[in-house]
Amino acid sequence: MKTLYGTELPNPLMLGTAQYPSPAILEQAFRESGAGVATVSLRRESGAGETFWRMIRDLGVLVLPNTAGCHTVKEAVNTALMAREVFNTKWIKLELIGHTDSLQPDVFQLVEAARILTEDGFEVFPYTTDDLIVGERLLTAGCEVLMPWGAPIGSGRGLNNEYALRAMRAEFPDIPLVIDAGIGLPSHAARAMELGYDAVLLNTAVARAGDPAAMARAMKLAIEAGQLACQADPIEARDMAEPSTPVIGKAFLS
Amino acid sequence: MKIVLNGAPQEVRAQTLSELLEECGFSGRVATAVNEEFVPSSLRIGQALNDGDRVEVLSPMQGG
Repeated sequence: MKTLYGTELPNPLMLGTAQYPSPAILEQAFRESGAGVATVSLRRESGAGETFWRMIRDLGVLVLPNTAGCHTVKEAVNTALMAREVFNTKWIKLELIGHTDSLQPDVFQLVEAARILTEDGFEVFPYTTDDLIVGERLLTAGCEVLMPWGAPIGSGRGLNNEYALRAMRAEFPDIPLVIDAGIGLPSHAARAMELGYDAVLLNTAVARAGDPAAMARAMKLAIEAGQLACQADPIEARDMAEPSTPVIGKAFLS
Repeated sequence: MKIVLNGAPQEVRAQTLSELLEECGFSGRVATAVNEEFVPSSLRIGQALNDGDRVEVLSPMQGG
C-alpha cells in the first residue's frame, strides 16, 4: 500500500467514530475492523470531551481530525489549527461543505484552505469530488493524498460515478486515493479496492448497522478481498459467453 | 464583564482567557478561539478579554 504522508497503514480502512450506539460498541467495531485510523472532530466542550479522548487514545490507532461542518475557509483553517493543538497531529481531514443537502464539498474554498494549511505545515487529507481538475489543483496546493467521495456522506449509495473514479485512479497512478463517504455495503468497499483505490474511509455504514461489530468485520474482509482481487489482475468482462470447459475432445453422443 | 461563551451569554469575573477557563471549570484537553481567531494554549495567559468577546472552547468529539 502507498504511504500516507510517509505513514503506512496496517490496513486500508479508516473508520469514523460517530453515531455508534455506545462507546463499548465503538470499541468492538474498531477491534473487528482492524482499522488503523480513527476520524474525530472538535465540538463545544460539554463535559464529555476528556472521556471520549481517553477512549480513542486507548484504541491505539492514528487519529485523523476533521473540519466537518465548516462552510468557509476561515472556519476550516481555524478548526484545523485547534485540532492540531488538541490532537497533537499534523493530519487534517479537510471538509469544506458547499451544499446543505448533499454535503458536497465547495471545491473552490477547499483548494484555497488546502494551500493555506499545507503552507502552515499540515498534512491535508481533502474530502473532494471526483473532478480531475480539482484533484490536480489540490496536488498543486500541496496535498499528497486525495479523498474523492463515493456518494454523499451517510447516503450509503456506494460508488455513484464509477467511471469518474476509474478515471481519477488512471489520472493519478502514484497518489494515494481514498474513497471517503457514501459507502453503505461491504460490496461497495470491495469495489473501491477492485478499482485500485488505496483505502476506504467510512463511518455510517458500520455505526448505524444493526450489529456494528459484525459489519466492521465484513468491511475489513471485503476491503481485503477487493485489494487482493486488484493485485490479482482480474479478467475483462465480455458480452458473449466463452466456454470454460475445453471443446476439443468432446464425445459425439447425439 | 459580559462575554459569549460557546454561544451563550455569560457574566464572568475573568480578565484573561486562562482565567476564564479556570473560572468556568474547563480542566481537560480543549482548544480556544476568541472572536473567531484561534488562540494557542501558550497565549491564553496574555489574551485579555473584553466586554462582548465571543469565546469558543472546543474539545474532542466523535466524528466521521
